[in-house]
Amino acid sequence: MQDDSAMTLSSDKFNINYVAGLARIELTPEESEKFQHQLDTILGNVKQLQSLALDGIEPTAHSFPVYNVWRADEEKVSLPVEMALKNAPNHANDLILMPKIVDS
Amino acid sequence: MSLYQETLMSLRQKLLAQEIQPLDILQSLRKRVEKVESHLQAYTHFDWEKAEREAQEADLSKPLGGIPIAIKDAIAVKDQPLTCSSRLLQKFVSPYDATVIKKLRQAGAYPLGRANMDEFAMGSSTENSARGPTKNPWDFDRIPGGSSGGSAACVAADTAIVSLGSDTGGSIRQPAALCGCVGLKPTYGRVSRYGLVAFASSLDQIGPLGKTVEDTALVLEAIAGHDAYDCTSLKEPVVSYADALKKEDLKKLRVGVPKEYFRQGIDSQVETAVKKAIQQLEDLGATLIEISLPHTDYALSSYYIIAPAEASANLARFDGVRYGARVKDGKDVLDVYRRTREAGFGHEVKRRILLGTYVLSSGYYDAYYLRAQKVRTLIRQDFQKAFEQCDVIVTPTSPTAAFRLGEKTEDPLKMYLADVFTIAVNMAGLCGLSVPCGFVEEKGKKLPVGLQLIGKAFDETTLLQVGHAYEQVTSWRKMKPNLL
Repeated sequence: MQDDSAMTLSSDKFNINYVAGLARIELTPEESEKFQHQLDTILGNVKQLQSLALDGIEPTAHSFPVYNVWRADEEKVSLPVEMALKNAPNHANDLILMPKIVDS
Repeated sequence: MSLYQETLMSLRQKLLAQEIQPLDILQSLRKRVEKVESHLQAYTHFDWEKAEREAQEADLSKPLGGIPIAIKDAIAVKDQPLTCSSRLLQKFVSPYDATVIKKLRQAGAYPLGRANMDEFAMGSSTENSARGPTKNPWDFDRIPGGSSGGSAACVAADTAIVSLGSDTGGSIRQPAALCGCVGLKPTYGRVSRYGLVAFASSLDQIGPLGKTVEDTALVLEAIAGHDAYDCTSLKEPVVSYADALKKEDLKKLRVGVPKEYFRQGIDSQVETAVKKAIQQLEDLGATLIEISLPHTDYALSSYYIIAPAEASANLARFDGVRYGARVKDGKDVLDVYRRTREAGFGHEVKRRILLGTYVLSSGYYDAYYLRAQKVRTLIRQDFQKAFEQCDVIVTPTSPTAAFRLGEKTEDPLKMYLADVFTIAVNMAGLCGLSVPCGFVEEKGKKLPVGLQLIGKAFDETTLLQVGHAYEQVTSWRKMKPNLL
């Protein structure tokens, strides 16, 4: 099948089908049309940020500095396999099943 | 007065005086739910048998002993459904308790009912729910706010004593305002997010909704604190929030009133109610100071870049592989991903994932995401400067009272504006409280208005003190919707 994410952006315009490919969401033609229009409007609106002078301003990813937190490298009890698989859509032999990725 | 109408505090006093048993509270709530829930749709699920066992085993010596708490359907409770009001998670059952649930259990409380919400907490009206929309208890033709609309409606309609919600851009405070109850968004890092399904990780925070400020203080005390399972929860000491409420006058308190929050777009009746409430704070001894938060107008735009960006990354996990629904007959892996997400997500979730994917995509990252993060810095700095002049900031919680069901569903931008007064608090990682401060009249119906109090990081105490003092001199919280 064709992977839309492999397509390149042809113009500066927001291309709904290209982005849906990146996001791994298949859209119906009706959704594509509707979302293209709605997201164009939203993106048009957020363009107001371009009017701000932001040279020299540091970006904020988090409201407080967050550091990685390490714990001792010791084995601890975690979720039992059968519990972890309870919500899996398809599984067997303690493994999650998916369509084949590599042909043998 | 029936038990379901009472506050957490008064029920605790009755339990300790042995006037009632925990099971009496549960039975009273059950009768109330059976009467009004079919109209309200505030819940997605109940397990009454489990709740009955937990009520019977409740340890009354604990601070919240015997109290049932409604839980937003985005917070994990072991062996209960966790749907986030999404088709994709209709059959998901939590394998463990969220940290807040563990802490509530340690405090003697137990979870009762899964509260309805906007799918994956994306929305301001609880209309984006696979369960169907929750109705506003004051007018069934109107929305309860969102995304924690179920958590607010059940408290306002007395089908819960208190509840937990989550707030990414106003999702606790805005529905609390629109339903006429109290809602608290704690400081980012105050409460562990472990077991909360992530929407925008740098903005999400769990918090309580209740009938009084005191009740929310009691719940916050139980759920706050550092958690090794959430590296963004901070090691700030947890104070006794309920004890702090004993101070009732507001002398020496400096209240900042930001001029940017009283501009066009705000409903005139809402503005009148909020200004009257601010006057009452002055009557209580507070000093009012006009302040400026100059980047207010940019908060919404930067939020609607940052939150969808984080959401697009967080929701990548819902791909039909490890949990949740999966389309049948997927012909290859990519086909499974794409069609599962098409079938499982609702429109608003898809819109936000697409928006987030776009602003993070190659060539657009700097123009949108990085720029929005820089604006976030300016918003934080606005608040830092403002808090040099004042101790707490007051604003309306929402520019309007509850709007009609369906009124904004086709116009996402209009819907986003419902959060215009609440999102800056999340962007700056501060704490915010919404308390009822009056009503507007719309076509013969009374609709609640909320007053938002914004506090410095980790200063929930001042927020709760001000909210509580205001509550003592007003009677808004005693007004109840005439449901049926």
